[in-house]
Amino acid sequence: MILHAPDLVFLAFSAVKAVAVALVVLTMVPGSVTAERRLSAWIQDRRGPNRVGIPFTNIRIFGLGQGLADAAKFLLKEQFVPASVNRIYFNLAPILAMVPALVTVAVIPFSPGFDLRPIAEWIAGFLHWDEATVQAFQISGVVANLDVGLLFVFAVISLSVYGIILAGWASNSKYPFLGGIRSSAQMISYEIAMGASVVPVFLVTQQLNLGKIVEYQVQNGWLALPHLRGGVVGVLTGLCLAFSFLVFLVAAFAETNRLPFDLPEAETELVGGYHTEYSGMRFALFFLGEYAAMISASAIMVTLFLGGWSLPLPWLNGLPMPQSVFGWALPAWLAGQGMPWWFGFVSVGVFLAKILVFIGFFIVIRWTIPRFKYDQLMNLGWKVFIPMAFVNIFLVAALVLARA
Amino acid sequence: MRWVVRSIVRFASGTASNRKSSQRMEPFFFWVLAVGLVASAIGLVVFRNPVTCAVCLVVTLVMEAALFVTLEAFFLAVVQVIVYAGAVMVLFLFVIMLLDVKEEARQSLPWAKVIWVVGIGGGAVIGVPRIASVFPGAGQALHWGEGKGGTSAAELGRLLFSSYGPLFLATGVLLLVATIGVVVLCRKDPEA
Repeated sequence: MILHAPDLVFLAFSAVKAVAVALVVLTMVPGSVTAERRLSAWIQDRRGPNRVGIPFTNIRIFGLGQGLADAAKFLLKEQFVPASVNRIYFNLAPILAMVPALVTVAVIPFSPGFDLRPIAEWIAGFLHWDEATVQAFQISGVVANLDVGLLFVFAVISLSVYGIILAGWASNSKYPFLGGIRSSAQMISYEIAMGASVVPVFLVTQQLNLGKIVEYQVQNGWLALPHLRGGVVGVLTGLCLAFSFLVFLVAAFAETNRLPFDLPEAETELVGGYHTEYSGMRFALFFLGEYAAMISASAIMVTLFLGGWSLPLPWLNGLPMPQSVFGWALPAWLAGQGMPWWFGFVSVGVFLAKILVFIGFFIVIRWTIPRFKYDQLMNLGWKVFIPMAFVNIFLVAALVLARA
Repeated sequence: MRWVVRSIVRFASGTASNRKSSQRMEPFFFWVLAVGLVASAIGLVVFRNPVTCAVCLVVTLVMEAALFVTLEAFFLAVVQVIVYAGAVMVLFLFVIMLLDVKEEARQSLPWAKVIWVVGIGGGAVIGVPRIASVFPGAGQALHWGEGKGGTSAAELGRLLFSSYGPLFLATGVLLLVATIGVVVLCRKDPEA
């Protein structure tokens, strides 16, 4: 057996991280569904679901228990299968809609890493661990540290079309079919704009590894915000990257099938779109998939353009860092040098907070902007965003050359 | 069982912490993926429902990408999934569904054709390596994945734009010609 102790430590912590990340995403889903209902109620001047709290008590916690109640309802409802559907694909489609959104999160760095070596050294005193095992307790803040992380994200996103298109086809019904066809055309179109909009990020950071992209932003400032250093070239690069962020943001709305681009499930035209024939937990899986995709899209945007787990500090983007605030001396790690060990845990909170802001943004947009017409959607994708994203690539390449 | 666990552990720790220990492909992953790949490729030919065939092809392509991962060619694996499984096959499905191809479902397999294809394919499997081995430098692998620092994508890019530059450009022109050809062939004159 070639099972070394450091490998075992690595495997154990990887498993813990994988389960923890999946659990966090899955708990955020009912939370954001409830948030969506409350926010929509607020926008429409209603109260919304504010009653359900902790079961068997009178504690309401802003109606957050509604998600649990919804889940119980979905599980208990009849799993109705219409007569002439293609059974295999009908059952497969909800799974395919759910999985990609969860897989994407595996490569997203949520923290600079956890240095648990002090604890390991303490335990090593009792259990006689060797030095290599103790060193293995320096844990990275990402489930899978892939060198091609960003491309992996795109690969998985590109597979997420199958769930919707197969659901539409397998239902053997006209409205779902139209929804599936619409969604495949829409998602393929906006994938191109999305892919083209991140090329400037590669060009500037010279990295595909998401962890290293975040580290670049800790050192040099967030990519979506205007850079105040580097003279004219630096500022222009910042503007181009901000435009990239805009394109990515719009494409993310189209990829996650959210309003104003929710044509695959346009209720007024297609009844419910691709999930018309689904009920019970199968429908809930599509629902979960949509919200999980929203969460992972937010996580990708935060990682690529808004500094990932780093704190929102103005001097990261070029302002001079003050020596002290109200007489308190500022430590050097706030400028990105030598993080203390506990910052790994704080940064998880920072990262989650940024994601929550984006989810709130997704929700507010949904209840503010009306749905596009299909030709408008296609024109916007192919005639506006794709050419502009390509021009942007050449601009940023020229600026990077000018800086070098 | 122990063999399976060991190869999983070695692969996982090898790819993440130290690259040296997993230089060769783990046999367990190779066999699982190879059997799955061949099975889904056979399914692609044997099944009569066009959507099932397309899905089988998607599975085949993803399995192939996974084989690239065990060879540590991550960039190639990911690009394979993005381009073929994610874009080309979605369009395949799109066309199959829009045209509502159903006739194939009633036909049985044309066995004469199958025998021809198997014969030519078998001949190619035996013959092509022999022909290829004649050329100089056939035995040398292209080790762009494990070079001097940097991501494998950066090195691949450098290779594509330096020593393989003309070929890369030629491929680009070929694709452009194909695109223009499709537009010309499919264009319906609004006057006619």
